[in-house]
Amino acid sequence: MAEPLTAARRVSIARHPQRPNMEDYLQALFPDFFALRGDRVCGEDPAILGGIARFHGQSVTVIGTRKGKTLEENLKVNFGMPNPEGYRKALRLMQQAEKFRRPIITLIDTSGAYPGMQAEEHGQGEAIARNLYEMSRLTVPVIAVITGEGNSGGALALAVANRVLMLENAVYAILSPEGFSSILWKDASRHEEACGLMKMTAPELKAMGVIDDVIPEPAGGAHLAPEIAFREVERSLLLHLSQLNRQKGSALAADRYEKFRSMGQLSRREDV
Amino acid sequence: MNNIFQKRRARLLAMKALRGTYLPPEQIITCPGCGQESPRREVADNLSVCPKCGYHWPVGAYYRLGFLLDAGSFRELDPKLPAENPLSFPGYPEKLQTARRRTGLSEAVVTAVGAIQGQRCVTAVLDSRFLMGSMSAAVGEKLTLAVEYAGRNRLPLIIFSASGGARMQEGILSLMQMAKTSAALARFSEKGLLYLSVLTDPTTGGVTASFASLGDIILAEPGALIGFAGPRVIEQTIGQQLPEGFQRAEFMMEHGFVDAIVPRARLREVLGQLLMLHGKGGRHG
Repeated sequence: MAEPLTAARRVSIARHPQRPNMEDYLQALFPDFFALRGDRVCGEDPAILGGIARFHGQSVTVIGTRKGKTLEENLKVNFGMPNPEGYRKALRLMQQAEKFRRPIITLIDTSGAYPGMQAEEHGQGEAIARNLYEMSRLTVPVIAVITGEGNSGGALALAVANRVLMLENAVYAILSPEGFSSILWKDASRHEEACGLMKMTAPELKAMGVIDDVIPEPAGGAHLAPEIAFREVERSLLLHLSQLNRQKGSALAADRYEKFRSMGQLSRREDV
Repeated sequence: MNNIFQKRRARLLAMKALRGTYLPPEQIITCPGCGQESPRREVADNLSVCPKCGYHWPVGAYYRLGFLLDAGSFRELDPKLPAENPLSFPGYPEKLQTARRRTGLSEAVVTAVGAIQGQRCVTAVLDSRFLMGSMSAAVGEKLTLAVEYAGRNRLPLIIFSASGGARMQEGILSLMQMAKTSAALARFSEKGLLYLSVLTDPTTGGVTASFASLGDIILAEPGALIGFAGPRVIEQTIGQQLPEGFQRAEFMMEHGFVDAIVPRARLREVLGQLLMLHGKGGRHG
């Protein structure tokens, strides 16, 4: 058995430029994916891709954040940092999935929601809040897969799911380790130290009950043998989807509610 | 009998409220808004609002409840639900102790049941003196319990936000409180009950991206900073200075995210009116 990787090492694997991205997963797992665009208010955010596809005989809605592999691709998708239009499009597609009784699969790889001027003017906070609120009461199966980085409310806005899955080297956190160390210690260069403290790796989060399953990756990371990663993600999705397909809509909403209701429950104490 | 309890409760809140001021201790204080000097007493008597320019100093949770609720109606919910150290984060318990000692609060939010102009309601107030009003699991849990209490008792809910965002030392569990509180509010709303969100200075980060933005009606205090990303982060990202007034309450109202800006002196009256307009105690059916 190889030594388990450090959190900092996993962060660099999660951010590897050749790591399989949303388009790669679509090609491998959802070859007939049909993209749907726009928030029906004012814009189309290329940082979030969403649409419908057939997955093992079942129609599903697939939504995910996009990252490019080159600078040029990344400029097109704003380095995977969504604007409010993206979250509103995602919500529109999720509510459409609810209407047509399609399960929802989200693929998350984002360093966070975009902290720009226009994003604020268009209500970044409101858009994320609305997604959390509406996702909590969907009556179709929702499965979120964190494939790379899952940072901040920008990731959570697509992750209020019945099952939250993470690739073995993906990370999921309140914000990037750089942001964390600069807020807490006013020193972004201490990010490696932050990685160790943040409990952001898949095995740690599984142990804490924040996520449901860890999807294995090929040794050294998914970019070294993407085919293996695709098959593992497919297998895990199929397993969880078949379990959720057996549940009634009301039970799906109730279970999802309870899952997040129980996060960080505390006991009353008399000594403060 | 009842009267004695009411008086005692009113006195208790008044005592706690005394510690809820953010005003500097000097006899003459300079307003950060207009730069003019005023006697401290005059500002304090004016609900911590500058008598010259209307600048609103932040106020503590008990202080706010003190001027908001009918005398003697205050009853605190879940006062003993302190933060834990879920990530075993080094130095965090000491930080909590210091914050508790300094503020007299057990956490960054106080939740209470009380009445405004005779109308019963559940009120939660965040206090930015306690680790910047950041969202810990305890803050999320207290808020959720308050939402659930309001739902069970069919009472309207008012939340005053004041927060820098996430509690870093609680990592992902802080993030999860956004989903927890938002989901609780969705359930609350399905019962046809009223939620009034009041944004005060500052309301940012995960609080803006969850319960603060989900009110049926959203009010703000004048000049309050309201946004998802903090101004410094945005300036670093775009490489330029933000224009004057960016992310302030007035700006947020112009952009469609705030229903009305209400000066502190009028808050009690406006909230009373909104509760009244939604029927006795917010009851719909």
